[in-house]
Amino acid sequence: MSKRLVQAEFNVERDPERCIQCQVCVRQCSNQVHAYDAESDQVTCDEASCVGCQRCATLCPTNALTIKKAPPEFAPDNNWTSDVIQNIYRQAETGGVLLSAMGNDTAKVSWWDNILLNASQVTNPSIDPLREPMELTTFLGAKPNAVELNFDDQGGPSLATKLAPQLVLSTPIMFSAMSYGAISYNAFESLARAAGQYGTFANSGEGGLHKDFWPHGPNMIVQVASGRFGVDIDYLKVAAAVEIKIGQGAKPGIGGHLPGEKVDERISQTRMIPVGSDAISPAPHHDIYSIEDLRQLIYSLKEATRYQKPISVKIAAVHNVAAIASGIVRAGADIVAIDGYKGGTGAAPTMIRNNVGIPIEFALAAVDDRLRQEGIRNQASVVACGGFRSSADVVKAIALGADAVYIGTAALVALGCHLCQKCYTGKCNWGIATQDPYLTRRLNPEIGARRLVNLLRGWSHEIKEMMGGMGINAIESLRGNREHLRGVGLSDRELSILGIKAAGE
Amino acid sequence: MKRIVAKEEYCMNCRLCEVYCLVSHSRSKDLIKAFRQERGEIVPRITVERLGPVSFAVQCRHCDEPACVEACMTGALHRDPATGEVTHDPQRCVGCWMCVMVCPTGAIRRDRNGHVAAKCDLCLETGTPACVANCPNEALVIEEDND
Repeated sequence: MSKRLVQAEFNVERDPERCIQCQVCVRQCSNQVHAYDAESDQVTCDEASCVGCQRCATLCPTNALTIKKAPPEFAPDNNWTSDVIQNIYRQAETGGVLLSAMGNDTAKVSWWDNILLNASQVTNPSIDPLREPMELTTFLGAKPNAVELNFDDQGGPSLATKLAPQLVLSTPIMFSAMSYGAISYNAFESLARAAGQYGTFANSGEGGLHKDFWPHGPNMIVQVASGRFGVDIDYLKVAAAVEIKIGQGAKPGIGGHLPGEKVDERISQTRMIPVGSDAISPAPHHDIYSIEDLRQLIYSLKEATRYQKPISVKIAAVHNVAAIASGIVRAGADIVAIDGYKGGTGAAPTMIRNNVGIPIEFALAAVDDRLRQEGIRNQASVVACGGFRSSADVVKAIALGADAVYIGTAALVALGCHLCQKCYTGKCNWGIATQDPYLTRRLNPEIGARRLVNLLRGWSHEIKEMMGGMGINAIESLRGNREHLRGVGLSDRELSILGIKAAGE
Repeated sequence: MKRIVAKEEYCMNCRLCEVYCLVSHSRSKDLIKAFRQERGEIVPRITVERLGPVSFAVQCRHCDEPACVEACMTGALHRDPATGEVTHDPQRCVGCWMCVMVCPTGAIRRDRNGHVAAKCDLCLETGTPACVANCPNEALVIEEDND
């Protein structure tokens, strides 16, 4: 075998003064970086396979381990960086497509960071959310063009307009689509439980819903994707809403592939495919080649669910996103979910993840503008997703025009994910993106659900504080309220697409 | 009485319970000193058993009718009828290992250095068993048993 040229990405530093040879690191590393040598009573390590997930460093009882990024010291070059060189070495060795997981890690700019929020001073009072009621309840679904009332003999009003089905969220944050198969049973259960406990929704992803999770149905949005995995009438009936997945921000335009080795008995039942067979989602839905085709599927699902459940359509943010979203609303969708180019994934070709799609900030602003201009903004709710890192990002998205957001990566980080971006290896040391029974038990769903609920509580509290500062006491009053946003360091063109003023204006 | 219950579905075989049990029963109560200077002298009183992906921690079950107490010829092992705890008095233990032979769960280990039996004492000194307090995945919990 010829010499491999790819160099180790991480340095594992073990402090011999602190290491007690307890071998926790040996037992916890699924990449076999650590090993125990009985002859010398020493724990040794092979850094070549370290992915930097920090599992060993986190569990080491004496803090003897430090994992550091070790960019191989190639000659300094701004174009031919070590990442570029290593990638070429990898492909020269394998002839394969470079794979990555989680969201685009190359983007140097986050437009959220160039948008600042307003606060009240003197001329209008700010509100203290600890003293006064603050409303975060969010309703997702089509809203009527106008509301008509009937009055009885005593003049008491009642609603004459028939309202479309709505999802009621206690906070404008939901968990993104992550399928059982891409993530573990315990990770899936954590998300479903937390959604129920906090009064929001988790999304099944495209891999079906195992019967064990049916009791969580009232807090689940189920997906119908191009592979149609796990879709039958019971699946549609048990959920609160149905989402047609057209695309995903991390890999717009391409499908998905769950390797057969991950398809065990339980996943086979859930996806309705044989044990050990690859679960391949085609790039397009083979029955959707136009907005009219999409309309047929939307109305098939509405018929199947007796018009009692909102139907969502999720697309990746791409160049003509505003026109596409307009078509989706006209096709009858109750919710349009738009996934920006920083959205996460369990596996995507690196070049696609890092180069295809557009940022959610621009896509969201463009979609909200377009739907308003066409007078159809009320016909569907807009859900933004793709790289939301904090409550401030959420507040900015809502002020830009989103009804709610999906969080995926942030939720996984709450579960313990350290963003090593190796989900596709199936060796997740945190028990999240793996089906290996030795690893999946590392995520206790009781702890997971507790941590997710804490995250939602913390973010919701911060959203209330930011709204209070602006003098707003209901999330409805913040929605699309771009007067509360100002841009810094943005060009006139960027400001005009975002529809916000520059700081100082 | 209070019992330590292992949830084998969440035990991840890190064996930190063994590490912290050993420290809890060391003289120094210090991780590094206990391992560096006292290892060999002391043994953990909890053992993680593993077969394939499944593992769980075994320690004294504090049986209602303990075989070890029956077998102990010196009275070193004793069941407190009030609390239900099975205690071990090293002063009376002669290291005949009969308790080790009869324990149905294999929870008693030999402290070869002192030539006495070593078993879980529920960390009576501190109140909270070290294994429960330090299990990173809450796979060991204390449950009140009302029998």
